[in-house]
Amino acid sequence: MPTWEYAPAPEARETARLRQSYGMFVNGEFTGGSGAASLKTVNPATEEVLAEVAVADQSDVDNAVAAARRAYQTVWGPMPGRERAKYLFRIARTVQERSRELAVLESLDNGKPIKESRDVDVPLAAAHFFYYAGWADKLAYAFSGPRPTGQGLGPDPRPLGVAGQVIPWNFPLLMAAWKLAPALAAGNTCVLKPAETTPLSALVLAEICQQAELPPGVVNVLPGAGDTGAAVVAHPDVDKVAFTGSTEVGKQIQRMAAGTRKRLTLELGGKAANVVFDDAPLDQAVEGIVNGIFFNQGHVCCAGSRLLVQESVYDELLDMLKRRLGTLRLGDPLDKNTDIGAINSAAQLARIRQLTEAGEAEGALRWSPACSLPDRGFWFPPTVFTGVSQAHRIAREEIFGPVLSVLTFRTPAEAVEKANNTPYGLSAGIWTEKGSRILWMAQRLRAGVVWANTFNRFDPSSPFGGYKESGFGREGGRHGLAAYLATDEEPVR
Amino acid sequence: MTEPEPRLAVRKTYKLYLDGGFPRSESGRSYEVSTPDGQFLANAAQASRKDARDAVRAARKAVAGWSGATAYNRGQVLYRVAEVLEGRRAQFVAEVAASEGLTTAAAESRVDAAVDRWVWYAGWTDKIASVFGATNPVAGPYFDFSLPEPTGVVAVLAPQRSSLLGLVSVVAPVIAGGNTGVLLASEERPLPAITLGEVLATSDLPAGVVNVLTGRTAELAPWLASHRDVNGIDLCGAPPELATELERTAADTVKRVLRAPYGGEEPDWTTDPGTRRLTAFLEIKTVWHPMGI
Repeated sequence: MPTWEYAPAPEARETARLRQSYGMFVNGEFTGGSGAASLKTVNPATEEVLAEVAVADQSDVDNAVAAARRAYQTVWGPMPGRERAKYLFRIARTVQERSRELAVLESLDNGKPIKESRDVDVPLAAAHFFYYAGWADKLAYAFSGPRPTGQGLGPDPRPLGVAGQVIPWNFPLLMAAWKLAPALAAGNTCVLKPAETTPLSALVLAEICQQAELPPGVVNVLPGAGDTGAAVVAHPDVDKVAFTGSTEVGKQIQRMAAGTRKRLTLELGGKAANVVFDDAPLDQAVEGIVNGIFFNQGHVCCAGSRLLVQESVYDELLDMLKRRLGTLRLGDPLDKNTDIGAINSAAQLARIRQLTEAGEAEGALRWSPACSLPDRGFWFPPTVFTGVSQAHRIAREEIFGPVLSVLTFRTPAEAVEKANNTPYGLSAGIWTEKGSRILWMAQRLRAGVVWANTFNRFDPSSPFGGYKESGFGREGGRHGLAAYLATDEEPVR
Repeated sequence: MTEPEPRLAVRKTYKLYLDGGFPRSESGRSYEVSTPDGQFLANAAQASRKDARDAVRAARKAVAGWSGATAYNRGQVLYRVAEVLEGRRAQFVAEVAASEGLTTAAAESRVDAAVDRWVWYAGWTDKIASVFGATNPVAGPYFDFSLPEPTGVVAVLAPQRSSLLGLVSVVAPVIAGGNTGVLLASEERPLPAITLGEVLATSDLPAGVVNVLTGRTAELAPWLASHRDVNGIDLCGAPPELATELERTAADTVKRVLRAPYGGEEPDWTTDPGTRRLTAFLEIKTVWHPMGI
């Protein structure tokens, strides 16, 4: 096979308009906050410090929640939906206008390849605001709701109040959009806590809110680590908590919300099975497998991290897969040719190493293509484990890295059994040319999103979320709106 | 005319309803059930942790069959339940009157409302997907749809006061959605729940779809809240002092939780129930497929 040489094609780093320091965004203003604490956010591809970012403490959280409450009561709650909609359309447009800047900034702060931030993260974030903008003045049409018998139409769905939202580092801007857009469309105000290692794009989004002249307090952005997030979640004046992140932290948050009237949605971890039958179009399946686990370095909660291959095509598929992995280009996230960028943090790299070492120690066979890693930064080569049993840690635990565990099956029933043998249930993949088998499988896989003959597709109109310990509630579509509205007899505070 | 010989009534032994059968508690325990003014009614089985686990196992075993049945078939079965409920009207009126200390007329209206509520939910089974599902206009060459599916095994702490209408209002939505259930009856008013088990056993409802436990709520509820094979829990009948701890326990397995009623007050079961109890134990599954030739 010929080796293709690529000339470097880097995006200009200046496009990101990186500043030395960033404040938090409270009540429409950027401020240093009440404490002296700050964090340094690092480019994971080089380990250089990108910027210093103010960290929110308890009193900042109090201020932000108070600003959000005030904005909810005086401006955003009473505002007609058609006016709220126009603010959201403005935000969507401004994200589009500043898309190149956001993409470069995202790749710098997160380590993901520019082609992904440019073609997936940023356009989808804009699309989310655009989609939910259109809902803001149509809430009465969204749900049938309880309509008391003989009393005509029931009340329109009402917002919940102040939403406390905590998001992860894998899709920093996109997750901010997933959280803010439906909450704002429904008439709530927001206190958003971006991830410790990737606060920058959410702060630029706050600046975009300013440019859109969003009333002060409607959106507040509080950078910080776990204790900032915990303060947001635990705040007594927060009516709704939305969290995306690990199952472990999700359980803590669900415990914290116990005994309160807070509404809760959780989008947690996954260990998705990607099931390939012997009649699958193997070329397409290989592309889907690669996209499933190596997209965003495998830092994807719905990643197809368990490949289940029917025995009769195992050898052929593995050969094709390994050949394809040999062509992946790992390196500078800002290079437009890069397929695999940097691991987001030293801590995440340590976790991936620990689990892959456990995979070897438990007897699975490890393979990576020839692949040189840069000297500085956090890197991990695309890795495939074969001979994996269901009991292995690499088949059970979420690795959240570019590591694929391969298992085999003989019958469709066995595929279902193995695919469902996990406490998670976020996503699954099916590869076969037989339509009836797709639907048979889709019905039996216990997962919130099932991709058939494709993988890792997202759209604002399409509900996304988990079964079992992958969480509850949906983001996207009409169902995503429900997470921010009271549509039933449950009292809102 | 001669007076008829006095006849001693044949009393019923109130047992558990597990996996389609009526066992006593494996623990051999029972407890006295009385009317609100203290008259002895029956000795009910006092279920143990082991009984609760057996009930969960039975419910899990029944998931595939019940969730895999067509929505039409589930509707037929649930409507059959309503028919058999109606046939036992007199017995339920007597038990509700005795359990809740109501006049016969008041008990009759509760029982009638309970039967009508069951019919209402029976009609939901094949409407759920159209009302709560969607096709999603994604920006690409894909057909994308979302449909509701049952959550799985749901534990239900029945309301403590409304022994039949409240009971039906929490059980029917769980199984109408295709879930299977472990029902923990009202501690002091369990008799209508046990009789409901007898109705279910004779109504074509497959064994294990509903399992009825009687006993001490505070003893059994924590085992149901922590059980790893229970996917959701309705805390309606949780003792107020335990509700928060049960919710916390349920978080260890990310259970779907219907919280205990606000302020500890049982809801007014006679009002329109809405769809909240139905949707609480449904999952939305989204399926994507490319379009092409």
